[in-house]
Amino acid sequence: MDLAQSEAQQMLRHSIERYVTEHYDQQRRRQAAQDPGGFKRANWQAFADLGWLGLPFAEDVGGVGGGSVEVAILMEEFGRGLATEPFLGTVLLAGALIAKCGTPEQQAELLQPVIEGHTLLSFAHYETDARAGLSTVRTAALRSGSGWMLQGHKTNVLDGGSADSHVVSARLPDAEGGGIALFVMPKDAVGLTLRDAPRLGGGRVADLTFDHVVLASDARLGSSADEMTAIEAAIDRAIAAIGAEAAGLMRSMFEATLEYTKVRKQFGRPLSANQVIRHRLVDMYVQCEEAKAMASRAALMIDAEDVAIERSLVASGAKVKIGRCARNVAEQAIQLHGAMGVTDELDLGIYFKRLLVFEAMFGSVEYHLRRHVELLARSRPE
Amino acid sequence: MSLSFTPDELRFRDEVREFIAARLSPEMRRATSLSVSFFSDPDLVAPWQAALNERGWVAPGWPAEHGGPGWTATQRWIFESECSRAGAPQLSPMGIKMVGPVLIRFGTPAQKNFYLPRILSGEDRWCQGYSEPGSGSDLASLKTRAVRDGDHYVVSGTKIWTTHAHFANRMFALVRTSDEPRQQDGISFLLIDMDSPGITIRPILMISGDHDVNQVFFDDVRVPVGNLVGEQGRGWTYGKYLLEFERGGGVNSPKLRAALEKVRNLAGSDLSHRAIAYPEIAMRLSEIELDLQTLEFAELQVLSALQRGENPGPVSSLLKLRASEIHQAISRVGVDVVGQNLMVEERRRPLAALNEELLVSPEVLSVVPRHLNGRANTIFGGSSEIQRDIIAKQVLGL
Repeated sequence: MDLAQSEAQQMLRHSIERYVTEHYDQQRRRQAAQDPGGFKRANWQAFADLGWLGLPFAEDVGGVGGGSVEVAILMEEFGRGLATEPFLGTVLLAGALIAKCGTPEQQAELLQPVIEGHTLLSFAHYETDARAGLSTVRTAALRSGSGWMLQGHKTNVLDGGSADSHVVSARLPDAEGGGIALFVMPKDAVGLTLRDAPRLGGGRVADLTFDHVVLASDARLGSSADEMTAIEAAIDRAIAAIGAEAAGLMRSMFEATLEYTKVRKQFGRPLSANQVIRHRLVDMYVQCEEAKAMASRAALMIDAEDVAIERSLVASGAKVKIGRCARNVAEQAIQLHGAMGVTDELDLGIYFKRLLVFEAMFGSVEYHLRRHVELLARSRPE
Repeated sequence: MSLSFTPDELRFRDEVREFIAARLSPEMRRATSLSVSFFSDPDLVAPWQAALNERGWVAPGWPAEHGGPGWTATQRWIFESECSRAGAPQLSPMGIKMVGPVLIRFGTPAQKNFYLPRILSGEDRWCQGYSEPGSGSDLASLKTRAVRDGDHYVVSGTKIWTTHAHFANRMFALVRTSDEPRQQDGISFLLIDMDSPGITIRPILMISGDHDVNQVFFDDVRVPVGNLVGEQGRGWTYGKYLLEFERGGGVNSPKLRAALEKVRNLAGSDLSHRAIAYPEIAMRLSEIELDLQTLEFAELQVLSALQRGENPGPVSSLLKLRASEIHQAISRVGVDVVGQNLMVEERRRPLAALNEELLVSPEVLSVVPRHLNGRANTIFGGSSEIQRDIIAKQVLGL
């Protein structure tokens, strides 16, 4: 057993730390929010040049062949800097699904431009009732000549507005097994309507409507009768990744709060001179450390676990534990900042909103707690 | 980075498992499983310690030259895990994990030669004389006096919360040898024979009815000067060293894992009418499982750092804080699992010895006293409030 980061992982951490320190601050964040995609293209190109966009992809498709540990290192720093670049949607969801489900030709054609930073992707999966589990898919894929026709509606698509192509899940006709298949849909497909909006805390989010969108036969990723397993795996891994991002968000909120309570004076002494405040800060610190430990654990185990139940237990467990810690750290950070904490002047509010998004994304803490209970019961037959 | 064990570590694990299978009897397991105090009954521990001592496995943290096995941090974790998993009794930490490391670090050759082998064999049973009435968390204010008189110190005063003083033949104590402006500077670390004239032990019963702790009175007790550890007036330093060992030197998650498994098994059994079928119980168990996984991983990170020869930093207070809270959460959910059956109060001990037909099973009976005794977890060894003060000061710079 050795939990030290390798030299390469440490180098990655240093370079991402340095990049985030140099390129993200309040002023640039506010500028980026004015850009159409809600982020700076120059950053994205820099990510590509630094090799970060290819991190989780295999070397034979032009990637770096890294794993969830490397992804977690990136995501934690993205969280600290409140980065809004669409790494999650493009690389970790759509990219991962292409890598998993696509034919070698599709992988070569679609992933190379992603890794080089030339194209952006989104994963369009959730439908109107996003609270439900992953299998609530009513978007239909029907045979149309030699190709396909898609009909339906997707919601909460991360950074869908900036995507050059969308990976879309749709249900196959009963005649073909009725499972879920994945399709690659270009942004200019006829019959595709996209409406997007700013996302809480940064980035953007879109609704996609498919009205008789016709796709060629090679738009379907692979030919598996049901891609639900792949989707579940990609989302489990994405949960581990946003857990690391949340740990970074929490850390920044905590540090700002610690600093503030040392400086802010009331009744002639710093706030932090009060034992009740000090203890609350300690609890926030403990929860930051716990979130980070759980995120590291998830990153290590989510790749190692090839048994689906175990992998999902790791993901849901991380979502619950980190979610609980996040809620407390975020709320206490606002509370200890007093009235300043609820103003738009500080970045604190953005961190708070990002953590709300973390809690809700891919299912709430309660949803994952129930999932954890069910999976645990299944994994421990009596 | 890797969470998996190397082939050597796996071989070691198998070796430990074989040993346990050969030497831990079903009776010992059952008695351990039904024991409700923090420290196992010395009569239960003795044969297990003897078996471990034959193998040289009593003190995993000691250097080999003093009778330790010379294990890596990972091996120690594996050993702890396997013992907890199998339901082996916990050896008393007071000799092995507390006074032993202090003697190894600060003791004279004569003290080491005399005491260390007796700790390993279990011939000596130690208790800790730190707290006093009025000097609990504010230990520096302690008042028990040791006045030099020729070749002896004359000790007078009282110690309280002394776990297993009624079983111990020796005590390591912090005593006041002078009045310095800084209270800490007048404290010395003294080894006291419990059969010395002038010592009286008063039992203090826990709310469960268990007799674990005592108040000890010293009435002009004569202690040879040779029983002073290190220098006179430096006891505070040695005591702090010991506390850090107590908090950070050990690993807690294997024990907690075993405790959680026990509750989960009870919840899944007919003894609790399958309490696990209730979502609120199952969800609570999952949340505790996740808290425990987090602690476990944090402990493994510390082990991994130690194994690389790094200093893990002042993380021991964080681990103590969370371990004690998780311990209480486990015993608390146990109470929820037994539900209305908690109403039967059984004060006879040991529970494993109760042979007649009982209103509820010994497994169910053990739950409440374990919960009651467990409330002490966030109080002893430095209360949670003290741990938070330490973290605030040492980690957050407040």
